[in-house]
Amino acid sequence: MADKISEEELKRLERVGYDSSGKLPRAGSFLITDNQIVETEKKEKDVEILPLKKALEVYPWVEELMFRAVPKDRDEYTKTAAENPPIGYFIRALPGAKVKAPVQACFFLKTTRFSQVVHNIVVAEPGSELHIITGCISAFYVKEGKHISITEYYVRKGALLTYSMVHDWSYEVEVFPRSGAEVEEEGIFVSNYVALTPARKVQSYPVAKVRRDGFSGFYSIVYAHPDTHFDLGAATLLEEPGARGEIISRVVSNGGEVISRGHILGAASKTSGHMECSGLLLGEKGYIHAIPELKGATRDTELSHEAAVGRIAPEEISYLMARGLDEESARALIIRGFLDIKIKDLPEELQKSIDEMIEKATSGGAI
Amino acid sequence: MSGKLEDESKLYDSPPYILEIEDLWVKAGDNLILQGLDLHVGVGKLHVIFGPNGSGKSTLLGTIMGLPQFQVIKGDIRFKGKSILELSTDERAKLGIGLAFQRPPLIKGVRLRTLLATLNGSDSAIEELAEELGLKSHLDRELNDGFSGGEIKRSEILQLMVQRPELVLLDEPESGVDLENITLLARFIGQLLERDKHIVERKRSGIIITHTGHILNYLNADIAHVMMEGKILCHGSPMDVLRQIKAKGYKECVECLLAEQSREEAA
Repeated sequence: MADKISEEELKRLERVGYDSSGKLPRAGSFLITDNQIVETEKKEKDVEILPLKKALEVYPWVEELMFRAVPKDRDEYTKTAAENPPIGYFIRALPGAKVKAPVQACFFLKTTRFSQVVHNIVVAEPGSELHIITGCISAFYVKEGKHISITEYYVRKGALLTYSMVHDWSYEVEVFPRSGAEVEEEGIFVSNYVALTPARKVQSYPVAKVRRDGFSGFYSIVYAHPDTHFDLGAATLLEEPGARGEIISRVVSNGGEVISRGHILGAASKTSGHMECSGLLLGEKGYIHAIPELKGATRDTELSHEAAVGRIAPEEISYLMARGLDEESARALIIRGFLDIKIKDLPEELQKSIDEMIEKATSGGAI
Repeated sequence: MSGKLEDESKLYDSPPYILEIEDLWVKAGDNLILQGLDLHVGVGKLHVIFGPNGSGKSTLLGTIMGLPQFQVIKGDIRFKGKSILELSTDERAKLGIGLAFQRPPLIKGVRLRTLLATLNGSDSAIEELAEELGLKSHLDRELNDGFSGGEIKRSEILQLMVQRPELVLLDEPESGVDLENITLLARFIGQLLERDKHIVERKRSGIIITHTGHILNYLNADIAHVMMEGKILCHGSPMDVLRQIKAKGYKECVECLLAEQSREEAA
């Protein structure tokens, strides 16, 4: 472990699942503070973890993957990223490798008013299995800052990639992740997004293109504190026969503003897609604006969505109170349950750490 | 019945009382539901309340539990000698009152096991009880999500078995339940109420409300009451009252029982 980061800071990184004790099963680690790569470590032979700059030198073909899943000219943030030197990770599972333990990555924002710009590329080669957990966190004293990230996922034929991102920013941080996934034949891509602490503004809208018999799933769990603004969503383009997609979000607003978008395009035969946008409003202020969009461009596609936004039903609270829970505990239990999505294909270890985070956020006074 | 000074149910049950309800008037929204109800339940006793739909039976249990949709406008409810009107629902639960809901709400994401663990159930006790009640595979399901009629009732009883209330309120425990399930339910309700113990040792009391009375074929209650239009009108032994209701319907049954009672009193 590099000496650029203090014990105290390492402790903070645990909040987003970054383990530096070596006790938790991890296939490797990658850590950036501001724009410095602090750690690149691989523990399993079938996985490669390199700084993206290095990967571009070692593998000329990586160049072709740059800005392929995320177009360079998409917006001002992708343009900014393209103008900056590529700082970020390249993580790859070799063909057929089943890497069960997750690779952990962390982007740590240490300096106030710093603009962190990163570019990551993930490749799950044919038949491989790869799990990545990425934590994005700012130091507790960071009052202002910006995080711009490009992440491109390439899920090759028959591969399984789960990517879990946990955000833990401060009130004055603005965040603009831009990501895209290409899911080849029979590939499975699962993206989880968890944001339970405040950030002034987060804007994210990953796009997955899914080929024949592939699957893409986007799952997000968001708790919007007062004076925060989240504009989140995902698009899934089912471009070839048999492709499937799922977009599920659970949003709690305790005064924050949330736009929850979803778009599924069924453009080929035997495609199917399902979307669920559920929102729970706790505060007087704030809003949840669910915008589920389905586009069927062929007769032979099945697309559906459920959207519901409302408050906690009073009879649910009184039911739990009749069991002896005080009102606050009853609310916390309901909110915790609401945020509890059991995500398929997620390693148990990861599910546990997400569960713990929800537990912490809903019982530790944050909620 | 007019001008009576004391609750007649006292004649049918004896102190010490776990529950004393006096001249209770209750509103739900703009509707006046309970209109001067009296009821006394002795320690270790099981009372059954019959009444047609809309007579206010569920309101009575909900009011004892302190559910917020019911407003007491007059009267008193005492639990173990102390008025509980000012207490919140959870405070009443902590004192030892438990309610098996007739139609409990679905709570998305909250698993039955999580709730039971929150109620201080140990892992092994939860597993064991769930197994006995045929709910083992329901432990990791969301509360009441897709549960059948019988499963809902068994889940309510399971929750009460972990909660261990001293006063058990059962709202139509047999509605929507098939025969096989009624037998099982009745057995566990009996266990919950310590019906296997001698009355002297029995500490747990209960009120069952029912409009069919089926449950009484499987469970012995001590005292029955008939409730109509927000009042308890008459009392008797559970089997007698049930027989009358079956033979004559609620309205006539009440008239008949009242006549019988006044004859007895005159004698």
